[in-house]
Order: sequence, then structure tokens, then C-alpha cells
Amino acid sequence: MSDSKRVRVVFESRASRIALVLFALGVIALAAAPYWGGRDDLQLLAEIYAYAALASLWNLLAGYAGLVSVGQQAYVGLGAYLLFALAILLGLSPLWALPLAGIISGLVAMPVAGLVFRLRGHYFAIGTWIVAEVFRLAASQVSLLGGGSGTSLPASMIIAIAPSRALRDAVEYWVALALALTILVAIVLLLRSRYGLALKAIRDSEVAARCSGIDVMRTKVLVYIVTACGTAMVGALIFLQRLRISPDAAFSVNDWTAFVIFITVIGGIGRIEGPIIGTIIFFVLRQTLADLGTLYLMMLGLVAIAVMLTAPKGVWGLIAERFGFSVFPLERRVILDDGTARK
Amino acid sequence: MSMPILALEKISKRFGAIVVAASIDLALDKGEALGIIGPNGAGKTTLFGIVSGTVAPDSGRVLYEGSDITRASPARRCAMGIGRSFQIPLPFTGMSVFENLVVASAFGARRREREAYQSCMDILERCGLAEKANRPAGSLTLLDRKRLELARALATDPAVLLLDEVAGGLTEYECQALVELIRALRRGGISIIWIEHVVHALVASIDRLLVLHNGAFIADGDPATVIRSPQVAEIYLGIEADA
Repeated sequence: MSDSKRVRVVFESRASRIALVLFALGVIALAAAPYWGGRDDLQLLAEIYAYAALASLWNLLAGYAGLVSVGQQAYVGLGAYLLFALAILLGLSPLWALPLAGIISGLVAMPVAGLVFRLRGHYFAIGTWIVAEVFRLAASQVSLLGGGSGTSLPASMIIAIAPSRALRDAVEYWVALALALTILVAIVLLLRSRYGLALKAIRDSEVAARCSGIDVMRTKVLVYIVTACGTAMVGALIFLQRLRISPDAAFSVNDWTAFVIFITVIGGIGRIEGPIIGTIIFFVLRQTLADLGTLYLMMLGLVAIAVMLTAPKGVWGLIAERFGFSVFPLERRVILDDGTARK
Repeated sequence: MSMPILALEKISKRFGAIVVAASIDLALDKGEALGIIGPNGAGKTTLFGIVSGTVAPDSGRVLYEGSDITRASPARRCAMGIGRSFQIPLPFTGMSVFENLVVASAFGARRREREAYQSCMDILERCGLAEKANRPAGSLTLLDRKRLELARALATDPAVLLLDEVAGGLTEYECQALVELIRALRRGGISIIWIEHVVHALVASIDRLLVLHNGAFIADGDPATVIRSPQVAEIYLGIEADA
């Protein structure tokens, strides 16, 4: 009888445990980069982490919650501007301003959600873009932060991070790695929680989800706010490393949405590993083709079209389907404690 | 008796020119099991939509334990205790059979996830799906999808269970098992409304049978009597109850 068997639920499989160990070893190697890499390496890697985090967040939003936003640059820019504002106007240390920028952006996302969630489908996408444009125009009106031409982080603030340049590079690098990892772990935990199940349920059948007690709107708003918070922190970090901010750079639809969508789609939307693979592919393409100028962008477009036609689930989608394998499994497996795993 | 657990008051609904509910009144007592039959297009499934909140009535009120829930969302109604299975199964295909129940239990019954595991497994056992707990729900056959509909509705811990054609396609043996299951649920105190074309299974499980035709109940009473009534014979030419 079932009553005598205790139910155990696991996520991991043997293969995923091995993959996780390899992933952890990779992270340790990357964490040691300040000891083996040069300044350029650190900057490139930090940029890669930032894009992996942005793409993972967009994947959560579009791939899992079905919220296809083309306006996430709103939060990249907002987070970045908040960091500069908190540092320049309030004299806060940039490393403290970073999480604070995320929290404030999450708060800002609440009324914005009230606005854009009135729109559906394409209209939602366009609405989010308009919000981002409004944010950009608003930022260019703030004369204390340089208005339309932007501003730089004062030298005193830069020194506050760490006294020497080498140490500063290392600290910023570690913050970038830690932030990307935190976002990745948070996304995995969220998707493994009841809310992750709710998102999948909504994706499969919204009517059945509602009739199973899931508040669809609340779940989606929750994801939107969490994503805004994470995106803003990444944005803050990106511009902390650049030391300079301007509305056009901070709210760039090209840099913070087009590339991010490209990464997610070619890597594999709706899978945790997709954006990570996508980021690697994107940077390999960029580092090899960047000298070609405009042609490079056209080639990115061709790659995107080719992937969408031949592998609509992205590169990781192909791998996962062929080998039934994932590094961060999200599926619960029941094991009854008489030792029999149910198929 | 006390107030009914679920009541419809003068519910009307039309889709264009087609009337699917014409001032319907209905009361379900606590612990009662009520069957609804009627020809296709009579408005049976729409009625479930109105009770579960996926279809808004044009007029009238829905009462649950005496309070007006006409404006309440489906999610809220589910959490209050109204569980529903769908005639055309709507499994969450991207997750496992077990997870289908876990999500329904976590949200519909407001259970903590870990506390839901055991009861979800028990429900799967009762519905004959335990062996397939880890299978993706999208890989199930139609019959198993119907079982999953019932199991998922049960996972929300309903006080009122709306069953929409769960017996179709079952073998005689499976049908008997379903009847046993529904009787056991009733003994557990669940009130049931069951829409079904498999009349003998229905009649064996319910207290009261209603016949819906063109958006109105044209018969209401003891199942054996209703099934033999002239109105039913008139609507269902050639259909006989062999209960």
C-alpha cells in the first residue's frame, strides 16, 4: 500500500550531479581569474557574466513567464542611473549602492507593472519599449546627473571601492561573478519552487492553471518585479565598470535587449542553460567578427535566422532533447523509499 | 438542513443568439452528489464554467457557503474549495504527472510543497496513475489524461468537485473502479456535481439527477425516476439507462 511508503522527491540525477561538479570547478577557475588573467581578460569576462545574467533574466521573463518584453533596457538604465545618483548625490559607496539600486528598481517596477500588464502580447512588448524610452527621456532631464550628455563617477568614489587599480579591477570582477551566480541560483531556486511550477502550468494551460488555484496575474507580476530587480543590479554593475553614464548608452535597446534576445534565442529559450550557452556563442562571434563593422551585425542576424529555422529550441534545446540532460534540472522525480524509482 | 454549499440563483448566459443558461436555479447540499445529463450543446460545460469562474454569467448569482462569489476569480474559488476537471483534458504537459498534482495542491489547497507530496502520491494511487508519477504529462494517453484531470482536481482538496465526463472511454472494469472512487470521495464528505453521458455509472453514484436542455433544467429528482421520465426519452431518442 502507498501509505507504508514514504515519498521522497529529488531534482538531481547522477548526470546532473556530475555536470554540477564540473560547473563548480569552472566557477572556481573563473574566480581565480585575477591571478591568471590580465586586465583585458577580467573586463571581457565581467562583460560576459553581465550578458549571461541579463539573458538569464530575460529568459525567465519571456521563456518561463511568457512576458516578451523588449524594454528591459529600462531597468538596465534605471539601475545604472540609481547607482550614479546614490553615489554622486548621496555619497554612498558604489558597492552599497548596487543592491540598493536593485531594490529601488524592484519598487519602481510595481507601478510600471500596473501599467504594462494592461497590455497583452505584441502590445505588451511595445508598451515595455515605450516605458524604456520614457525612462531614457526622464534621465536626460536630470541636470544633476549631466542631463542628455551624461556624467562620470567622481575619482573619490572610484577610490572608495579599492585603493589600487589592480585591486579595484579584481573587486569589480568578483562582484560581477558573484552577481551573475547569485542571479543564476535565484532563478534556479525560483523555478524549482511552487512558483516555477505555476509558471509552467500557466504556459501549458492558463485556464487549467486558474482552476487549480493559481493567480496568473500575481505570478507574472512577481516574475516581472524580480526580473526588474536583477536586471537593474546588472545594469548598475555594467556602468560602475564603465565609470561613465549617458542616457543613450544606459537605455540602449540594441545593447541591452536586442543582443540579449539574440543570446537567449540561439542558446535556447525556456531552459536555464540556454542563455549561458548563448552568451558563449555570442562572445565567440563578437570577438572573431567584431573587426568587420556593420557586417558583423548582419552576420549575427543571419546566425539568428539560421538557428531559428534549423533549431527553434536553440543550441541547448538540441543537446537537451538528444541526451535528455540538464545541468540544473527543474523536474521533481518521485522516489518511494522501498527503493523503486517510479518511471 | 443548513444552507446549500453551492447555489446558483437565476443564472443566465447567452452566446450571441444561443441561450446556454436561461435563469437557472440550482442548489447542491453538503455531501450531496448530483448528476447532470443533457444533449450536446445544452449548456452543461458552460454551467461548470460559471461555477468555477472561467465564464462570467450575464446575470444571476453564484453562492458558495452562502457568500456571493459571482465576481471571484477562478483561482480564489479553487482555493475556497471548488475543484474542477475538464471535459477536454488540459494537463500541464511540460511537467510530470506528479508535478501536475503538486502545483494544484500547493496553490489550490494552499499546502506547503513538502506537505503536499504524500497526499499527491496517495491521490495518484487512488486514480491509478501512481506508476506514471514521473512521466511527462504530455506523454499520457487520452484515458490517462482524463484520470489526471480527476487526480489534479482532487489535489486541490475540494469541498465541491465538478466532474465533466470522466467516465467516457473506460472499460466496464475501470468504470466500476471509478464509481467506487466517487463513492469513497462522497464518504469523505465531498459534494459532487457530475456531468456524464455514461448514464449507468452516473446513476450508480448520485443522489439526484437533473436534465439540462436548451439552458434550463427540465427534470430534477431521483435518478431512476428521471431517467425513465417521458421528457428524457423525448430528448434522448433511443438512449436507455441500463443501470
